[in-house]
Amino acid sequence: MADGPVAEQLLRRLEAADGGLDSAELAAQLGVEHQAVVGAVKSLQALGEVIEAELRSTKRWELTAEGEEMAREGSHEARVFQSVPAEGLAQSELMRLPSGKVGFSKAMSNKWIRVDKSAAEGPRVFRTVEGIDDEVQRRLQLVQGGQAEKLAEKERSELRKRKLLTEVTLKTYWVSKGKAFSTSISKQEAELSPDMISSGSWQNRSFKPYNFAARGVPPDSGHLHPLLKVRSQFRQIFLEMGFTEMPTDNFIESSFWNFDALFQPQQHPARDQHDTFFLRDPAEALQLPMDYVQRVKRTHSQGGYGSQGYKYSWKLDEAKKNLLRTHTTSASARALYRLAQKKPFTPAKYFSIDRVFRNETLDATHLAEFHQIEGVVADHGLNLGHLMGVLREFFTKLGITQLRFKPAYNPYTEPSMEVFSYHQGLKKWVEVGNSGLFRPEMLLPMGLPENVSVIAWGLSLERPTMIKYGINNIRELVGHKVNLQMVYDSPLCRLDVDTPRHTQEAA
Amino acid sequence: MPTVSVKRDLLFQALGRTYTDEEFDELCFEFGLELDEITSEKEIISKEQGNVKAQGASDVVLYKIDVPANRYDLLCLEGLVRGLQVFKERIKAPVYKRVMPNGEIQKLIVTEETGKVRPYAVAAVLRNIKFTKDRYDSFIELQEKLHQNICRKRALVAIGTHDLDTLSGPFTYTAKRPSDIKFKPLNKTKEHTACELMNIYKTDNHLKHYLHIIESKPLYPVIYDSNGVVLSMPPIINGDHSKITVNTKNVFIECTGTDFTKAKIVLDIIVTMFSEYCENQFTVEAVEVAFPNRKSSTFPELAYRREMVRADLINKRVGIRETPQNLAKLLTRMYLKSEVIGDGNQIEIEIPPTRADIIHACDIVEDAAIAYGYNNIQMALPKTYTIANQFPLNKLTELLRVDVAAAGFTEALTFALCSQEDIADKLGLDISATKAVHISNPKTAEFQVARTTLLPGLLKTIAANRKMPLPLKLFEISDIVVKDSSKDVGAKNYRHLCAVYYNKNPGFEIIHGLLDRVMQLLNVPPGEDKGGYVIKASEGPAFFPGRCAEVFARGLSVGKLGVLHPDVITRFELTMPCSSLEINIEPFL
Repeated sequence: MADGPVAEQLLRRLEAADGGLDSAELAAQLGVEHQAVVGAVKSLQALGEVIEAELRSTKRWELTAEGEEMAREGSHEARVFQSVPAEGLAQSELMRLPSGKVGFSKAMSNKWIRVDKSAAEGPRVFRTVEGIDDEVQRRLQLVQGGQAEKLAEKERSELRKRKLLTEVTLKTYWVSKGKAFSTSISKQEAELSPDMISSGSWQNRSFKPYNFAARGVPPDSGHLHPLLKVRSQFRQIFLEMGFTEMPTDNFIESSFWNFDALFQPQQHPARDQHDTFFLRDPAEALQLPMDYVQRVKRTHSQGGYGSQGYKYSWKLDEAKKNLLRTHTTSASARALYRLAQKKPFTPAKYFSIDRVFRNETLDATHLAEFHQIEGVVADHGLNLGHLMGVLREFFTKLGITQLRFKPAYNPYTEPSMEVFSYHQGLKKWVEVGNSGLFRPEMLLPMGLPENVSVIAWGLSLERPTMIKYGINNIRELVGHKVNLQMVYDSPLCRLDVDTPRHTQEAA
Repeated sequence: MPTVSVKRDLLFQALGRTYTDEEFDELCFEFGLELDEITSEKEIISKEQGNVKAQGASDVVLYKIDVPANRYDLLCLEGLVRGLQVFKERIKAPVYKRVMPNGEIQKLIVTEETGKVRPYAVAAVLRNIKFTKDRYDSFIELQEKLHQNICRKRALVAIGTHDLDTLSGPFTYTAKRPSDIKFKPLNKTKEHTACELMNIYKTDNHLKHYLHIIESKPLYPVIYDSNGVVLSMPPIINGDHSKITVNTKNVFIECTGTDFTKAKIVLDIIVTMFSEYCENQFTVEAVEVAFPNRKSSTFPELAYRREMVRADLINKRVGIRETPQNLAKLLTRMYLKSEVIGDGNQIEIEIPPTRADIIHACDIVEDAAIAYGYNNIQMALPKTYTIANQFPLNKLTELLRVDVAAAGFTEALTFALCSQEDIADKLGLDISATKAVHISNPKTAEFQVARTTLLPGLLKTIAANRKMPLPLKLFEISDIVVKDSSKDVGAKNYRHLCAVYYNKNPGFEIIHGLLDRVMQLLNVPPGEDKGGYVIKASEGPAFFPGRCAEVFARGLSVGKLGVLHPDVITRFELTMPCSSLEINIEPFL
């Protein structure tokens, strides 16, 4: 079945044509709108190589509405002439005719009529010639018949000035036979249907080709948050390495567990109002393990366990002050204290990833809350070499293999080392974490055996994520100002695979 | 971490050699310092105040070096150079000596009145010192660095340095009513009472930060000489009379404070650093301090302490196998003069007065490791055998969030801290009804409370993403915090699941459908029996009347769902209908 009568006729005429045919001529021959022929050309083109169509643009003269009228009824001046009888006509009456005003002046300049201003009842118009030849009408009829080229340039421009003609650009197709030309083509099917499958009719049909350059329809799906995807990967890494997850579901912590238990002195700048969020309500911890508190107090103020101590007056009130934990090391301290109460000592590997809070100045890379990743190993005889070995394995899983270690100071680890990795993009060493052996002044008051060492390291979750996804402003990643499009578009988190950053470019 | 800025050429001159920036950076890294920035005075001013102001400023190259917070002995050029030269074995660590004067010893008498405001004072004299412009600048800068760090912004210790030749001892450290203290303070032209000074300094950008330390006390600390000349009113300001200059020969140094240990450390650091420029290098003249309990002591202490550490302990803690002799050598390079004694496995270490940071054997172990070179240590994996366990609440969270996302909802990550308004007013609640914990020192309203519900964070996320195509379907599984007197700290986290649907229609059925799916995932059947779940008509100020239901699971109320009240929608700057679900997932563990 042909694709509509026009397409059918086009194919039939094309079969008979020598070489090809013009779409506009065909429209004129068929007596249809040119647009109908264009539609037929396009639908035939979609079938593949049945026809070939070349777009051409041609200029053509067309009559305006007024021009059409004059081609039919005669020019205004001719009509004025015809309306003047032999005995003449009052000028005022003539002016009332539809063609009166324009036709009068034209007929006057053609000298077809004259005015007798001395007539008794006002000016009167008389014919000056017997008959006229309406040249304007003839020319317009020529244009109407598609023979505008028979007019001289001057004649056409005169008609155009009278707004009777306009020149239009016509886009036409030069249609010729394609490689697969046939007059009996069937319509292509858009899609395979259940009917076609059951009837087997698909075997006799042809199908419209797909546009493989187009994008597919995005699936109607939910998305995981990129930072939390990275969190899942870090959990996975720790679990692969045999680390047990510590409970960290307590944002509120006492100064005791957050600082004192870690042998961080009460005058330490981190305990300042400027750095830490303290609580107004509940302002103080209700219970502390008092035996242990006494040992901590003694270690701070007098020393012990081989330590000189800090030699200051340690205050219980200061330790009771509640705060929003400034690190998850407070949770590690609780976990190690619980471990110390279990006899005999069993080695342990712990990790946690959770939120911590700092009352700091905010900028593009610092928020008041962020996630801390922490790993802890407690066993007999652990040393710095072990710490570095564990760090090497851990960072290898993150795809970071070039590491070096810098001496550093942390209040609760000694020895301490900052971990640097070589950043290929920045072409320099960047700090990726902090680590050390917990101080004996922290471990021994808990009740851990003297020959047990505890190695620990920490890093933020946000920093590696921002580097991984190429995010410069942390607010785009964390918090309510997140760009949801970024969440929608973010790729899988594969820490050990270098993924090119398409997401950012697209956004 | 304090940053010390030193002139590069002066530093290299003192080190006796030059380095490229890279070489010096490498040396710093090895020693535990960080070459933070290479700049000049001109560059600093131009960065902070523009190019115009920087015109004519010095373009001498400055190294800004980050120093570990416990190494007070590295806070000035003199200390840095000494530390690095000893580390590189170019010099031996000098021995600091306290000496008695030829004539009478200077005395500082501490009166009982200081007890209630600032009870401790120590002092020392640097005799026949030779300052130059650079040395003098470094001397002033070291005091400032100490004030900002170990002195805790002068709260614990304040330092005063005076031209001894303008004064006459004995000195008296006492405390008086502010109206009774009158003197000409440093760089002022006339005398003022302490009351006046406290007012004047309220607008002083530098001094205003220290006023609070004594402001509310009835008596202010003050030091006089025997003629009644005021040396200083610690911790605020020195007197003008005794101010030191580049030409000062004999310097009287007093440190007053509330922490005796730190006052002694600060005094030791200043005198050990600058006795280098005294006629008798590294000697410090003693001052006798008489305390109100009639006991007197001489300062500076300049105490050398001896510690004994077994070589195998160091080897074991670091993970190396060095001979005791080598370890002693390594420690000596760290300014800790050490020798092997006894059975050949014992190392005796002398802790100099400059190394107040050494308080335990672990500090000595670290220094041995630094001198050995962290990056030369052989890495090893601990043989610790453990079975990993997940924290059950996090395990459930991880499973659930993946399946809620699979149900078509997108995960948000919102702040745990927010304003009172977010959790109360905007939801039509009174703050007292929320059981929220309150922060005492928030810098802005964004950090007034810990959230008691996840809903505000999700609504704010929608508000920030109004340009996104509808519908918006968001969820979050995270912790909220409420007061709870059964917990040791008086507060408890709860793990919540919250989801919102935002579209041209409220979509209650969508949020309800998510609840059904979540219950299916948690293996909780519909219905009231057999530990199932139901929703029952309820109400709440955040919900549109008649469009709110309470969720009961296993007989417990676990949360609510419903269509949000138009007032709530408007208060969060939203325009479309919205339905929400929030439940506590802890009962499903």
